[in-house]
Amino acid sequence: MTIFSQRDVDLAEPLTTSTGLPSHVERGPRGGRRSGGRRIGSHVFLVILAIYFVIPIWWLFVAATKNTAGLFSSPAFWFDGNFAFFENVMGLFTHQGGIYWRWLGNSFLYAFAGGIGATVLAVLAGYGFAKYSFRGRSAVFTVILGSVMVPLTALVIPTFMLLSQYGIINTPWAVILPSLLSPFGVYLMRVYAQDAVPDEILEASRIDGAGEIRTFFTVALPLLRPAIVTVLLLSVVGTWNNFFLPLAVLNDEMLLPVTVGLNRWTALSNAGAGGEQVWNLITSGSFISVLPLILSFLFLQRYWQGGLSLGSIK
Amino acid sequence: MTTQLTTAAPPAPAAARPTRRSGGSTLVRRRQRWGWFFVVPFLVVFALFLIFPLCYAFGMSLFTSTLATGTDFTGFANYAKAFSDPLFMEGLLRVLAFAAVMIPAQLLVALAAALVLDSLATWVSKLSRLLIFAPYAIPVVIGALMWSFLYSPRFGPSASIFGLVGLPTPDFLASDTVFGSLVNIVTWQWAGYYMVVIYAALRSIDPSIYEAARIDGANGWQTATRIKVPMISSSMVMVITFALIGTLQFFTEPVVLRNIAQGAIDAAYTPNMYAFSLAFSYSQFNYASAIAFSLGVLVFAGSYVFLFLTRKQSGLK
Repeated sequence: MTIFSQRDVDLAEPLTTSTGLPSHVERGPRGGRRSGGRRIGSHVFLVILAIYFVIPIWWLFVAATKNTAGLFSSPAFWFDGNFAFFENVMGLFTHQGGIYWRWLGNSFLYAFAGGIGATVLAVLAGYGFAKYSFRGRSAVFTVILGSVMVPLTALVIPTFMLLSQYGIINTPWAVILPSLLSPFGVYLMRVYAQDAVPDEILEASRIDGAGEIRTFFTVALPLLRPAIVTVLLLSVVGTWNNFFLPLAVLNDEMLLPVTVGLNRWTALSNAGAGGEQVWNLITSGSFISVLPLILSFLFLQRYWQGGLSLGSIK
Repeated sequence: MTTQLTTAAPPAPAAARPTRRSGGSTLVRRRQRWGWFFVVPFLVVFALFLIFPLCYAFGMSLFTSTLATGTDFTGFANYAKAFSDPLFMEGLLRVLAFAAVMIPAQLLVALAAALVLDSLATWVSKLSRLLIFAPYAIPVVIGALMWSFLYSPRFGPSASIFGLVGLPTPDFLASDTVFGSLVNIVTWQWAGYYMVVIYAALRSIDPSIYEAARIDGANGWQTATRIKVPMISSSMVMVITFALIGTLQFFTEPVVLRNIAQGAIDAAYTPNMYAFSLAFSYSQFNYASAIAFSLGVLVFAGSYVFLFLTRKQSGLK
């Protein structure tokens, strides 16, 4: 029953911002006085869930340290006597001339070029929709909002055909340009800008003689920072994870992002092609490729937690 | 600093707006044109990579090209063919079956975890929250690769785990079990993301409501089912909509798993896979466009109908 009085502690802080978002997800400790039995039950439930969600990742970490023989012979969830991680990394440098690192570099290029571009477009458009009531605004915005429901993978095949007509198939542009499209980012940015950039501040800036562009850069942009980080994070992750698009528009091995490349290695290894059985490189390559995202999510906790809640408001 | 200040600021008073608008000077009208300036760059991309491809796909789908006769306008023949094509219809029914199983599975795990997390604030719960979310940070391909290793009878731990309790090792990749294996991968990958969204919504409920419930004599379970869940229904609707859009386009996981379970997952396992193989293995771009466009329309209609039916909960009404 004390659960309710613990809630009172939270009342000391502002619960939501003007946008209706939680001001921050992380709050001070407020547990500690619940009745024992239910607390233990809840904790057991959480621990079981956490194990289920984390055990494949643990497996990947362990598997990355084994050579191919070790993958088959040692226990799946524990290390082999032979620690082969650095051997595997060297293998990644030599197999097919170190193409793995090229793939990883491609993933970074596509994710950042696509993600930053999509964010720039979304910030401009979201601000425009939120702060100018130009003619046709609501009609255009309704179309954009509706397009959130258009499955992007249904666009892949027509996009492929269009891009091949313009001869930019099998180039980095074929991945980057379609990744600039982020209707959901525009929606988030509009919702956020509506409240985070008060009209009065814009008015004041105009009265001081600043033009629209200068007002945008000096007044609005700093206020939009939390939403910018969120949209950037979501679109970088989205491009990094994209599989269907590069699979369709890229043929040249040297241009593949790491996800498509590793899948190619797995397909070859499964096909049992003599020289292509590189299980140890698949596991260590997968492990190295997930590190950047796992680490950035760990360090950017504040942003993604706030960011995902940004996505949940209407 | 600045962000703190502004997010805490109250929303612009509604009363201020009419006065500004009633000014209606040419200056104000000219300024509104700047709206287009900000919006146009996105609209160019939107037109080039959404509107145009959709129109193009629709156009393509109205033609049929054969080696013998070249390209002919055939109207809706490709659509008639699609909806009587057993491969497409089976794939469609299969993704609907996935939606019926996968969405409730993800939602139940996410909701249960979020409700428990919302009632605890210990280091265990904070760490669990991070770990449950962790799979979201793993690219879908890599997640599916990891699980395909774990399912594999050659590498996987299942033989030793089931051997330990004296049970025969199940084959996770047979044609009747691969459905469940795929449901497991998707639940593992996405439940944590939905959990964070739901958790954030729970945290934004005004705690004084719980106080009122307590005075009315509600226990923890009643508070959860009668107050918390109804109050976050708009987030739930959003989560379900995203899950629905995602499931109907099911592609990456079955494609990756197909590497090791060719027999159980064929090239037309889902409509997206079918369209992909039609286009890239058989060069039937016209028919593939018809399939892709039909799928797009079905997903759009499906999510629109869902949002319409739940308009009360989602706050769109």
